[in-house]
Amino acid sequence: MNDYIVELKNISKIFGDKAVLCDIDLSIKQKEFVTLLGPSGCGKTTTLRIIGGFEHATTGDVYFEGKKVNDIPPFKRQINTVFQKYALFPHLNVFENIAFGLKIKKIDKDVIQEKVKEMLRLVNLQGFENRKIDSLSGGQQQRIAIARALVNEPKVLLLDEPLGALDLKLRKGMQIELKKIQQRVGITFIYVTHDQEEALTMSDRVIVMSEGEIQQIGKPEDIYNEPVNRFVADFIGEGNILDGCMLEDFSVKIQEKVLPCVDKGFEKNEMVEVLVRPEDIEIVRENDGMMKGIVISVIFKGVHYEMEVKDELGFHWMIHSIHMSKKGQQVGLVIVPDAIHIMKKGA
Amino acid sequence: MKKKWLSIPYALWALIFSIAPLVIIAVYSFCSRSPYGKIIYKFTFEHYRKFMEPIYLNVLWRSLLLAMISTVVCLLVGYPMAMIISKASLKKRNILMMLFVLPLWTNFLLRTYAWMVLLRDQGPINQLLLSLGIIDEPLKLLYNTGAVTLGMVYNFIPFMVLPVYSVLAKMDECLIEAAKDLGATSTQVFLKITLPLSMPGVVSGIIMVFMPAVSTFVISDLLGGGQTILLGNLIQNQFLVARNWQFGSAISMIMMVLIVIAMTISSKYKSEDGGGLW
Amino acid sequence: MVKKLIKRGYALLVYLFLYLPIFLLILYSFNDSKYRGSWSGFTLRWYKELFKDRTIVAALYNTFAIAILSALIATIIGTISAIAIHKMSPRWKMTFMNVTYLPVMNPDIVIGISLLALFVALKMHLGFFTILLGHITFNTPYVILAVLPKLKHLNPYLEEAALDLGATPMQAFFKVVLPEIMPGVVTGGLLAFTLSLDDFMVSFFTTGSGVNTLSIKVYSMTKLGVSPKINALSTLLFIGVLSLFVLLQSREKNIKE
Repeated sequence: MNDYIVELKNISKIFGDKAVLCDIDLSIKQKEFVTLLGPSGCGKTTTLRIIGGFEHATTGDVYFEGKKVNDIPPFKRQINTVFQKYALFPHLNVFENIAFGLKIKKIDKDVIQEKVKEMLRLVNLQGFENRKIDSLSGGQQQRIAIARALVNEPKVLLLDEPLGALDLKLRKGMQIELKKIQQRVGITFIYVTHDQEEALTMSDRVIVMSEGEIQQIGKPEDIYNEPVNRFVADFIGEGNILDGCMLEDFSVKIQEKVLPCVDKGFEKNEMVEVLVRPEDIEIVRENDGMMKGIVISVIFKGVHYEMEVKDELGFHWMIHSIHMSKKGQQVGLVIVPDAIHIMKKGA
Repeated sequence: MKKKWLSIPYALWALIFSIAPLVIIAVYSFCSRSPYGKIIYKFTFEHYRKFMEPIYLNVLWRSLLLAMISTVVCLLVGYPMAMIISKASLKKRNILMMLFVLPLWTNFLLRTYAWMVLLRDQGPINQLLLSLGIIDEPLKLLYNTGAVTLGMVYNFIPFMVLPVYSVLAKMDECLIEAAKDLGATSTQVFLKITLPLSMPGVVSGIIMVFMPAVSTFVISDLLGGGQTILLGNLIQNQFLVARNWQFGSAISMIMMVLIVIAMTISSKYKSEDGGGLW
Repeated sequence: MVKKLIKRGYALLVYLFLYLPIFLLILYSFNDSKYRGSWSGFTLRWYKELFKDRTIVAALYNTFAIAILSALIATIIGTISAIAIHKMSPRWKMTFMNVTYLPVMNPDIVIGISLLALFVALKMHLGFFTILLGHITFNTPYVILAVLPKLKHLNPYLEEAALDLGATPMQAFFKVVLPEIMPGVVTGGLLAFTLSLDDFMVSFFTTGSGVNTLSIKVYSMTKLGVSPKINALSTLLFIGVLSLFVLLQSREKNIKE
């Protein structure tokens, strides 16, 4: 037996005449925090629902701990879900909501009492047992939804944009807390979001999806630093993406300039796409740079300045720097080899 | 707010045509009666005492019983129906629901009269059974409590389906999925989630069926053929035939109190945003 | 699969129960026999006689006149009142809502006899006018209850925006607020119209000698023997309602598209 807990093999899903998922292959390890990331309509929620058993794949198989579970209904899977907008039962109080799954399993009353208490401690809501659902804040409802799922001791927890309804500050706090909870309970979390920052902060691995296909799977750092294609580069973080030509190993031509880089393994004169992150570009005096440009806008962002520099060929470079340049100033740009990331065209 | 004066016409209207008539009835119910049936403004409890006589209590009991039976039948038949409709696709749902309300738009008297025709000795049901040789002589389908109950169910069942449906249709599918996710079977989902959450609709439905059922006199008059005397028949009789308005008013007051009691009890089970008709 | 079949069968049965009596009336309206029991051939006779029967035509006229007038007046009063109620302080709102619920929650028969008592006490002549007053009384609350939710969901700044852009309060109402709450107003009006058409109790108690509505006419006929003309009338009414329904449905579809 391998140590994968959830595996999807050749999953496709067609709604009506529209394919929402095309040939998804995915393996998720025990105790992993995996995030499905992509814009709305990319198929991430459908993927999650197929794992949860709420949706049947049109073709392909779902494995749980090495066993095929295609036709096993949701309530027989050792998987629980935290729903979008929580789906807490409005006619039950906090205790009854959390105890719902345990009562269904006809577990001893004392045990239920104990477990619910423990869960409330886990999500930092001790003493909330008798509160009504509609008397709770969004963040509190969120925690109850997590507790309600976790109390059943699932091997996998599915979270469908669980923080989407919270405001920014609360969301940041919950991100950290969710990660802590995951580490404490030590089970697999499969998380769906369209927020790239959320995905990068919390995940062990990120799966970037677009239009029903997986674009890239990898650690957050890898996804950020080495996106495989234009879509991923554009979706994750901010970046300057340009067309380029790989002259030979370690040498790329962009904007009519030949720059050294660290990438190799491309064909001679292969057309490629080049990503340079805004924080990796250095602004120097006009004649000290690799290329010249003029600053056309400067915006103060708190920690850094966000500047737009137009080069001689008319490309607008986005640059983040803690040093401010003046609008209209002639500047030079320096890009070190390490900052240049080459992507195959049309990948 | 400047707009307050806009409420004056309605306030006056309600005062004259909603509140004043009820006050008049309330006053009449405590007034004495002259030998010729005229109203004498002298306080008496006579009419309420009269209602406590067994013959009238019997009518009360029969009214309550029939209304309750029809309400329960409406619930048992209507709830599954509301559920089936609410589970249909959006397009179908509207049409199915409209089809349910459509008979309400034809005249109430005509609908009840249609059942008179159906249930007659020479009516199509008896004719069918006779020609099939199942029975030798016509069944007495009309002019009994069964026919009255049937008439009530037929006329009032949309009032049960409508509010239950509107609650079920609004219910978040997520909650059902969440319950399934937590291990509930279909039966458990129904008993623990769907049913409790649809209670506001059920309560509305019960009120909306029970109320006209307990106060009707047309259905019992047409389909009961004067054999089944209900509160409504009694009131109508006192006002239009016996010309004892004081007693009729007293019965009306008792009926209103009963309905208020029934509504207070049921409203306890009804949440704030409960599913009424609208 | 089996479950689906049971559901379909069940729904079919319930709909059959709902429509059987109506279809029967329609069938009998074409029956060439005075006795409703047996079928003795197709005829359109009852339709011709229907329009020759002065009392039925008069009842029909009264019914529609009262329904249209009462719905119209109730819609106007109800819409204005709903706007007033919407702006009230919670305490006044409660009082007004309780008064509004009174005719909704009161049994029809109590409304009928209490109005009768009022009209007699005021020495009013019972007839068309008193029926109309009665219908407006029980119709107005339904309009209010249909319009209020629309007002609740109305963006409160819309009216201010109109005023800000130079509209007079009147213009703001007719050009901005009214179009927004129109669906509620129309629903309320339609509801009032159908309730009035369907009413028997209030009309029955508030009418005087000689003034019939359709319901009263049918009621008195059931006592003396119903003519097949009534079957013909039911058929026409049902077809009218059905075509209205189809019209509304197709209009809704058009709007959606």
